[in-house]
Amino acid sequence: MLYVSQLSKRFGKNEIFSDFNLTIPENKFIVLIGPSGCGKTTLFDVLTGVTPMEKGNILWKGLRVKNLEKRCAYMQQKDLLLPWLTLLENAVLPAEISGADLEKSKIKAESLFKRMGLAGYENFRPHEISGGMRQRCALIRTLMFPHDFILLDEPLSSLDAITRRRLQSLLLLLQTEFSKTLLMITHDIEEALLLADEIYLLSVQPMGIREKFILDSPKPRKFNDPLLLEIEEHVMDVLQGDISGDTGGETGGDKGYRWR
Amino acid sequence: MRANIFALILMFLVLGIWQMACGFFAIPDFILPAPYEIIMTAIIKAPVIFPNALVTGVEIISGIALALVFAIPFAMIMFAKPSIEKAVSPFLVASQAIPVFAIAPLLIVWLGYGIASKVLMAGIIIFFPILVSLLEGFKTCDHELRILFRLMGAGFWKSMRLLYWPWALPNFFAGLKVGVTVATIGAVIGEWVGAQQGLGYLMIQANARLNTNLVFASILWLTAMGLILWSFVGILEKKIINWKVKKEFLP
Ligand SMILES: Nc1ncnc2c1ncn2[C@@H]1O[C@H](COP(=O)(O)OP(=O)(O)OP(=O)(O)O)[C@@H](O)[C@H]1O
Ligand SMILES: [Mg+2]
Repeated sequence: MLYVSQLSKRFGKNEIFSDFNLTIPENKFIVLIGPSGCGKTTLFDVLTGVTPMEKGNILWKGLRVKNLEKRCAYMQQKDLLLPWLTLLENAVLPAEISGADLEKSKIKAESLFKRMGLAGYENFRPHEISGGMRQRCALIRTLMFPHDFILLDEPLSSLDAITRRRLQSLLLLLQTEFSKTLLMITHDIEEALLLADEIYLLSVQPMGIREKFILDSPKPRKFNDPLLLEIEEHVMDVLQGDISGDTGGETGGDKGYRWR
Repeated sequence: MRANIFALILMFLVLGIWQMACGFFAIPDFILPAPYEIIMTAIIKAPVIFPNALVTGVEIISGIALALVFAIPFAMIMFAKPSIEKAVSPFLVASQAIPVFAIAPLLIVWLGYGIASKVLMAGIIIFFPILVSLLEGFKTCDHELRILFRLMGAGFWKSMRLLYWPWALPNFFAGLKVGVTVATIGAVIGEWVGAQQGLGYLMIQANARLNTNLVFASILWLTAMGLILWSFVGILEKKIINWKVKKEFLP
């Protein structure tokens, strides 16, 4: 569905990534994990056309395109709710702008409010609710885009553990229910293991794919699966190595451990 | 609330000193009347002042309306087409260097002694502040919100209605608040130069007869009208802008 090759992006002299390649199959849940500041958000920004890229090819459904502007839904790291609109009005904004049937969209949005635990808050303003609630509202708005490819930049990062678990199952459900393709950034390894069909572990400076895990065990998953635990431990090891700084770009691939 | 009390205390202090100074130095009324005299004149002469105040009020409000009718579309056009803004703004800025007093007699010649010349005068004076504040409001709209609208594929009118206008409203009201006070000046200058009614006309007449009491009473009425208009805009602003912009939106 999406094939990206030789993507390059720099901010001044700071090369975020060069020659980055990625393939996203249809109806899959792909998760990106990587150290903070490695360029995940920048990748999403480049893909969606928020920031221009230096060079690269984007092949979208067989078509060469400049970027995915107006072809995908993008939930940014900031919630970007409009302060002058109520939560419900914010949620149906994509429908209002694309000129879709507002009444139908409102009904759909209201059901999502219920499922996300925001029922009763439809007529609140963004400044009257908490950060976690704003994030959920932004997620609803993203799901209201009339597109089947969705980019999520840490969509559940400011939620408490229980709400997060609930929304994770909801995301899974929605993905199959509406047959969407999801590309998600997260810092939560367990979240990645529970949801993903494929996990990409990213490296820093310049950003590249360090390892790729294909998880084909059925969902919903239980976390006591030994395979998942093993992957988690491995990913933790790699990320901790990054933080303590004992892996440069050259040695990163030669740790003697490869996932099958 | 506290600030209001201080303002009141300050006002009474000034008025009190003024009142006492007039009594102490025995200043004649035609030079500087005491506050008490002015207030009494403003009340007793109300039947004379009111019809004139009504005329000036109509001129001010029509002037504001006229300025809005032109400034709003103009600001939107200049925002949508930066090339037009670039071409036009030097002339707009230059026009601000022309003192309105200078064109007042011309307007009277062109439009006559009636209310039209004063409406135009008030309108011309406040057109610029309203235009500039609104345009500035549009232009300072948050970059990330603009991107969000671009990603949603929003066209010009929907972006205007859902994003730029709400964003620019605080600026717009700030401009309008300046506008309503300045519009008063425009109308009165127009009346000074040539009119048959209005507070400015009344002041000129009273001044010629050394009726300084009436001059000050007219100023008092004018001030009150300006304050009322100003608070009306303030109330309107509070009613319309019933949201808060969180600090994460600010650059
Ligand atoms: N507008 C910008 N101008 C200059 N440098 C930038 C800009 N945006 C990001 N960067 C740099 O690009 C790098 C990657 O940033 P990015 O936001 O993509 O990281 P990230 O992987 O999303 O991190 P996090 O997990 O903390 O969200 C950072 O080192 C940052 O300093
Ligand atoms: Mg990020």
